[in-house]
Amino acid sequence: MMKSLPITIDSVRKTYGSYVALDDVSVDIKAGEFLTLLGPSGSGKTTLLMALAGFVRPDSGKLLLGDRDITRLAPNRRDIGIVFQNYALFPHMNVLANVEYPLALRRIPKAEARQRALDTLARVKLDGLSERGIAALSGGQRQRVALARAIVFEPRVMLMDEPLSALDKNLRETMQYEIRRLHDDLGITTIYVTHDQREALIMSDRIAVMNSGRIQQIDTPQRIYDRPSTRFVAEFMGEANIVAPGSVRRIDGADASREALMIRAESFHLDAKLVGRDGVALEGTLRAKAFRGENWLLTLALEGGQEILVCIPAALASGCAELASGQRVTAYAPAAKVHAIPGAAA
Amino acid sequence: MTVLADPALAADARRERQFFLSLSLPALFIVGLAAILPIVWIIRQSFLTTGGEYTVGNYEKVLSSGLTWSALATTLELSLGTLAICILLGTPLALALASARPRVANLLMAFVMLPLWTSILVRTYGWLVLLRRDGLINAALTGSGLTAEPLPLVYNFTGTLIGMVHYMLPLFLLPVYAAMRDIDANLVRASASMGATLGQTIRTVILPLSSGGIFSGSIIVFIYTIGFFITPAVLGGGKVNPLSTRIERTLSTFQDWGSASVLGILLLVLMALVGVMFLAARRLIAGRRVGTAYA
Repeated sequence: MMKSLPITIDSVRKTYGSYVALDDVSVDIKAGEFLTLLGPSGSGKTTLLMALAGFVRPDSGKLLLGDRDITRLAPNRRDIGIVFQNYALFPHMNVLANVEYPLALRRIPKAEARQRALDTLARVKLDGLSERGIAALSGGQRQRVALARAIVFEPRVMLMDEPLSALDKNLRETMQYEIRRLHDDLGITTIYVTHDQREALIMSDRIAVMNSGRIQQIDTPQRIYDRPSTRFVAEFMGEANIVAPGSVRRIDGADASREALMIRAESFHLDAKLVGRDGVALEGTLRAKAFRGENWLLTLALEGGQEILVCIPAALASGCAELASGQRVTAYAPAAKVHAIPGAAA
Repeated sequence: MTVLADPALAADARRERQFFLSLSLPALFIVGLAAILPIVWIIRQSFLTTGGEYTVGNYEKVLSSGLTWSALATTLELSLGTLAICILLGTPLALALASARPRVANLLMAFVMLPLWTSILVRTYGWLVLLRRDGLINAALTGSGLTAEPLPLVYNFTGTLIGMVHYMLPLFLLPVYAAMRDIDANLVRASASMGATLGQTIRTVILPLSSGGIFSGSIIVFIYTIGFFITPAVLGGGKVNPLSTRIERTLSTFQDWGSASVLGILLLVLMALVGVMFLAARRLIAGRRVGTAYA
């Protein structure tokens, strides 16, 4: 196992003219951690990754690798493995030459380099393809070559820029597990950029949700999903309903919160018995319903006109097929799934 | 092209191809008339005496003359010299253009292209003004005391080479620049991220990936320069005599159409030979196209 290093991102700022790409971003990443930068396009996640790689120079702030300041270090001296979005494999070299490339630059003897490259190719399940040209590879195979090339020189940190965005859904899911397993085997500090929230939830130790050049929240996947600290995080991470305290009542009659509440669509039940006496109830008129295979999606209009999404698992939704538009429906949610968002008025 | 299963669609595609082919007929006609016919005429001419009888005497005369072989040597020296300087100057220039920001690159490109819009005669005489014994460059050199005597910059091989490089550099640059601009910037970043210095990236990534453009540029330079006439005639001062000026002299001084035709054919054969060599070299390189960072 290689020795991995922690990363410190300290008040990094980057502007392009009047556009603020990174707005005082600070993150501490532990050695061996898998951290995902998650956000919509233009949120600054790729800029932050490129700053770590050395291709973007921050206007101010510091980047530390271990306790070494790398803010102004040339990219080729950072010893960071990078997997690029389009893989960036060298088209004039075959698979083996691509993977040997970083070893050749380090003047590792040819025979040893070949052995290490072949071992790494076996590790990413590409044995037998070492003599192939890059053009003769499928998207998934290219992805694996890019991975092999990024880890073969045993960097202490790995950066991945939306590495799976070009793959189809099934392959993407397979690769998510494989990349995570590779990370666990190598114990290498990894920063992973994606705009896919499911991918972030599945793969990460922690997720940093970014928007407009700022980190909105940095936390474990579960807390990001269940306990979002801002309205943006709540809505970016899934089907979130943010309702004013007035439209929610406690089943046991106690006072509901005075802050805006977030309840995820899939936290609802139509049966009050399933949520307990400290749960909440919302009453509305059915506007639309859709069968989505594993669940039903109901759209309810509350008293004030706000629409909420209610998602009922197919197994618990025996009555859903009979519901008619305009009918009064009460949705219940357990207290544990009701989350107050400070300062986010509905 | 995809194979169409439907016969109606296939017939449609065939009609379309035939139509497009027919569009090229006027061009083919002109090429045939302007290029192939004269060549046939020259070949015929090379086997005729001034009296119009069949002979191989023209070949004997031209090929046994020392002047022919020294002209051939001069032609090759000029072409290879121009090519070498174009590669040495043009490749870094193309790299600079390709890595410059688009606005800067466009501006620089305009400067590079400007000479192409000027008549070659004007440009050649322009060099004469600059390079003469009492020209601007020598005036500056002697005036500043850098050299005691004016340098012999024109009416010789050096002057001819300067003029030819000036003419050819933009034409060499264009394909090289196009090839380099097409290289994905992430390849360069990837190379750096794995530890390559800029020099290593240029050697192992940028140059191999732009070799096609360098190749095309080289062929253009060679084919153009092998028949260059105006520049050696003006800037060579009668001392630089490639095959082209020999042909002109054979015609204007001796009205010897037979010998001039033989010289023309010699030029043609040289061009074909060089063309074949380039293509063979290209195929050879493409055959072992597996690059590596190991020397």
